[in-house]
Amino acid sequence: MPSHTFKLNGKMVSVEVADDVRLLWVLRDMLGVTGPKYGCGLNVCKACTSHINGKAFNPCSVPVSKIKPTDEVTTIEGLPATVGKDLHPMQEAWLDLDVVQCGYCQPGQIMAAVAKVRQAKAAGREIVDADLDEIRNICRCGTYSRIREAIKAGAKNM
Amino acid sequence: MANHRRAPRLPEIEPKGIDRRYFLGFLIAAPTLAVAAQVGGAVLEPAKASAAIPSLPQPEDIFDLGDLQNLAALPTSGLISVRVNADGTASFAVHRAEVGQGMTTAVAMMIAEELDLPLNKVKVTLADARPELLLNQLTGGSNSMRSIYTPVRTAAALARQQLVATAASQWKVPASELRTSNGMVTHSSGKKASYGSLTKAAAVTKTVSVSTQLKKVSEFKILGTAQNRIDAREAVMGAKKFTLDYEVPNAKPAMVRRPPTINGTVKSVANAAAVKAMPGITDVATITHGVAVRGETFGQCIDALNALEVTWGSGTVDNESDATVLKKLKAAQLPLLVPGLLTKSVDAEFTFAFASNSPLEPGTAIADVRSDRAEIWSCLKVPIVAQQEIAASLGLPASAVKVHVTQGGGSFGRHLFHDTASEAAEISKKMGKPVKLMWSRTDDFRQGRTHPMCVTRVRATYALGNVISFEQRHTSVQTDFSHGLGEMITATAAKLPVGGNLSFAETIFLLSQSSPYNFGVTTQLLNEIPLKFNTGSMRNIYSPNVVTAEELVVDQLAAKMGKDPVQFRREFLKDARIRAVLDKAVEVGEWGKAMPAGTAQGIAVHSEYRGAVVALVEIDCRPETVNRKITDAVTGPRVTKALIVVDPGFAINPRGLEAQMIGGMNDGIAMCLTSSLHMKNGIPLEGSWDNYFYTRQWNTPSDMQVVVMPNTSDSPSGAGELGVAPSFAATACAYARATGKMPTSFPINHGTLSFEPYPLEPSTPPSPTNGLDTEI
Repeated sequence: MPSHTFKLNGKMVSVEVADDVRLLWVLRDMLGVTGPKYGCGLNVCKACTSHINGKAFNPCSVPVSKIKPTDEVTTIEGLPATVGKDLHPMQEAWLDLDVVQCGYCQPGQIMAAVAKVRQAKAAGREIVDADLDEIRNICRCGTYSRIREAIKAGAKNM
Repeated sequence: MANHRRAPRLPEIEPKGIDRRYFLGFLIAAPTLAVAAQVGGAVLEPAKASAAIPSLPQPEDIFDLGDLQNLAALPTSGLISVRVNADGTASFAVHRAEVGQGMTTAVAMMIAEELDLPLNKVKVTLADARPELLLNQLTGGSNSMRSIYTPVRTAAALARQQLVATAASQWKVPASELRTSNGMVTHSSGKKASYGSLTKAAAVTKTVSVSTQLKKVSEFKILGTAQNRIDAREAVMGAKKFTLDYEVPNAKPAMVRRPPTINGTVKSVANAAAVKAMPGITDVATITHGVAVRGETFGQCIDALNALEVTWGSGTVDNESDATVLKKLKAAQLPLLVPGLLTKSVDAEFTFAFASNSPLEPGTAIADVRSDRAEIWSCLKVPIVAQQEIAASLGLPASAVKVHVTQGGGSFGRHLFHDTASEAAEISKKMGKPVKLMWSRTDDFRQGRTHPMCVTRVRATYALGNVISFEQRHTSVQTDFSHGLGEMITATAAKLPVGGNLSFAETIFLLSQSSPYNFGVTTQLLNEIPLKFNTGSMRNIYSPNVVTAEELVVDQLAAKMGKDPVQFRREFLKDARIRAVLDKAVEVGEWGKAMPAGTAQGIAVHSEYRGAVVALVEIDCRPETVNRKITDAVTGPRVTKALIVVDPGFAINPRGLEAQMIGGMNDGIAMCLTSSLHMKNGIPLEGSWDNYFYTRQWNTPSDMQVVVMPNTSDSPSGAGELGVAPSFAATACAYARATGKMPTSFPINHGTLSFEPYPLEPSTPPSPTNGLDTEI
């Protein structure tokens, strides 16, 4: 059985599993990291959104063999540590605005939000409504307007 | 039935003079203080009907679905208990499901209020299936807050009273000299004791009956204030547990290869042994509606599903498509009775496509079935029925089946049914091993529950500035109510004001629908056709369709009678409470302001669950907006601004109430503009979220506002579903005004298939492998 090594939430991990198993299931079923959720397995709903080397991606659509030993994967569980705090500013904004309803999509929403803000900042600009319109993450509870407010608020503290 | 009649639309106010009466309960024998509440019949005591009104009250006016549920909940409400722990916290296992609606937070607020305990010291969990609760363990009909508000508060108040009595006894002072706050009992002498230090002494060794009083609304410190969800921190950290996140020993992932038509069956499997030998796969078993596989990871299960070679038997609706169902619906319509001869009339007919409950978390359940017992974990809104039916199918007594209720990733009616839990039990029994079952997204859209296709026909006649009659005939594919609400109705049938031999569906229709207008002779009737689709109650059941049709016709009537839509509604609304909500919406939403061509406002009113609500939206139907391009997305008209004004009677948690309204708005927009199932040859074509177009960020209003009216009652109305119907209706009315053409088929984009459907086989498409190719 092939072995796969990469950095996950700040620690090196190794798993033995077939090359084509998608990373989402390696995280959830083998490593017990359950923050990323399954909502479609088709790279559409974005409920599993996590970061690879700081950028958003969807582990449901990436075979584990495509993750290199030098890659750093961050899930919602590892997000606070990226800023050395108990909560990332985006998570704090989420709490301040009481965004969550059922909560199933929210880890993915927060990870997508952080990546979106980083993209905008890298381009030297603020987050605007047009950026928010591009976010594809489904929230079936329909918390979208609070998500939009929270991203704008969280961005100020990132 | 006259004894159940009351003035329409009045909130459920406890009659004056009894709001400080005593409520009964029990101190229960336990090591630390445990209190159970019992409530008398007064909660349901109806006020008498008063003013005569031009339209006779319809059944929903005098006795709505929530009343029915309250009535059904009554005989056993006394069995719910609050416990005070030695660490000073209070715990309560609530007999309802939490699926995002904020029920656990509201319940924690009730306990914190009456117990004088900080909110963060109240621990609310979800109760296992409790057969002795009979009809009182059903989450639906926006009824939870209404039926448990008094019992839960009573239990908490009894606990506080017993803690005070205990301290009084220890300190040898009168209880009346003691005060409670922040989890402490204090005396003017300076003596104080924490609840945690008193709870053992407060406990009793023999269960006794006691009574207590509840706080007045004017004394509330927590109820009625905006509070954040008690589970928010866990959720944003990714630590909130849903079914698949539980670790049950040896419960390995399992999925099912499903037939290419709804409820199809398995004729034969050609390669079960080969599939079982695939990497990570441990078992393959044929079940009622497919072939189950069990493996080390869900990813390997998906691969195994794809490799299965199955020959399928027919399903229950193989020959049905949108067009055949529509034809049957139109043939089954009940007649309209008022001829339009001497008056002018508006005649309209509206079609609503199949829709999907589609919570983001698909169907999930863990089952561990042994020869003599079983244990189930799943999000279940009617866990007792699940327990009974699973036990029967396994050949076990119900007492041998333990059913744990997990938090759900949304529901919207889906979890009224326990299909997934039953299937997990069947698989576990067949394989002889514990399983963690997950339906794929495609399974959920294609074989899951649907809001049935329906047609609604309206005829309104008018003359001399008055509306003379309003008739609505709603014809629907049958809605499956076999989840326990049916039993609830049977148990209370004799007390209903509807009478006759109505079906469950007709009864629920009559108990949930009524026109808020004085339109003379008013009748709203349901007829169903018995097609065997997998249907169920989707959030707000019939109202989104019925109310949208009604409000579109109201706008037509207003136009024909030469009146502004708001002015017309003000004149014909029955109830001052709704009129006040309408006036507030008009003011805040700037009704009637100048709008560019191709854009318009739309307004709609609704009243249900003893709440009143108005939605006011602004829509942009200009070509540059409608035709904007987003990859793999439906764009179309955009609701740019949305306002909901709501009078919930008493708002337990205004922040949670606002959240429910915001969700209702996004549901309404989706049902009006973008989201539906296309039924073709016995199965929906939709297979993912880029096929089933629930509202996304690019279609949601960037300006969303909710206004909660000042309390008009001491009791909460239902809120979880209240926002859907008026949002749908307001969006439809705005679309009609922006385009100059009243839409008659919903969602408006249903006629165009905007995606390439996934193949019907395999039933779950393989996951992509290119997730790193483009940055998102």
